Amino acid sequence: MTTTGMGDTTEMLTIGLAHYLTVSAILFVLGVLGIFLNRKNIIVILMSVELILLSVNLNFVAFSATLQDLTGQIFAMFVLTVAAAEAAIGLAILVIYFRNRGSIEVDNVSTLKG
Amino acid sequence: MIAALAFYVFAAILIASAVMVVTSRNPVHSVLFLILAFFNAAALFLLAGAEFLAMILVIVYVGAVAVLFLFVVMMLDIDFARLREGFQRYLPIGGIIGGILFLELLFVFGSWQFADDAEGLRLNAVPADPGLTNTQAIGRILYTDYVFLFQASGLILLVAMIGAIVLTLREKRTDSRRQNIAVQVARTEAVSMQNVPPRQGLGTLGIIRRPLPAPPKPKAVAHDDHGHGGHH
Repeated sequence: MTTTGMGDTTEMLTIGLAHYLTVSAILFVLGVLGIFLNRKNIIVILMSVELILLSVNLNFVAFSATLQDLTGQIFAMFVLTVAAAEAAIGLAILVIYFRNRGSIEVDNVSTLKG
Repeated sequence: MIAALAFYVFAAILIASAVMVVTSRNPVHSVLFLILAFFNAAALFLLAGAEFLAMILVIVYVGAVAVLFLFVVMMLDIDFARLREGFQRYLPIGGIIGGILFLELLFVFGSWQFADDAEGLRLNAVPADPGLTNTQAIGRILYTDYVFLFQASGLILLVAMIGAIVLTLREKRTDSRRQNIAVQVARTEAVSMQNVPPRQGLGTLGIIRRPLPAPPKPKAVAHDDHGHGGHH
């Protein structure tokens, strides 16, 4: 357990920490890429944020399973809570933004009208 | 063997559906692929032994968050073709940054080594009792050691709920009295001088109350009443 790194996993059929970390890293990068690609569509941006938080949860769970420590799962639960709250607030802001402007293009959010 | 195979299958579907979430043309498809990604992530959690979190992921994420996304996507009438204008333009820079980020993550976690006393430093080791399920073990520490964090997360959810309601609530009731600043400023008879006879004061006269102003007329009538309203 002490040297479970990514370099010394030659065995493909024993799933260790490295596999989980790789999947999680790919998921994180895909989330960041989604934010870049869909710069106008704030719905997909919110979904990308959800993907990023999911990858963080995967990291927590992987370390928790490797170390046999339940703290990681507890914190993954708190991350889940915050993600749910963030999605609710973000979608509410999105709805009122759409109500005010008739579109959800976030490029011109900076043009305030007051 | 079976577990390894299952891991690869679930991980492959998870990553493929994450790609589809990001690149899909129709946001409804994005949401559906997001649900698929959550299901596969829950399967990965199960493989890692976090059963309670897997079920929570299915219930909370798929049952609440993803369905909320689906509601919003279908409720808003959006021209999605226009929203994809910058897709090709941002692909190179996004790819470059994503690649750099991925390499950095590999560098950070690739050379990961636990400390020698990592086992001794665990805060909440998984109990050795085989009769204790994952859910019971989590409950034992969540409601004792982490009860304040638990309640704080409940508070966060409460604030989020109230915030979402306050943000999206449209005031439709007409019987609620609100401050109308224009009327309030335009009102002149509120402050006036009164000629009170000496040695009597307000005690004998009683409290002088101005008659309330006439209720505002309907707007159709107010248009030909130029002397009254100052808002034309």
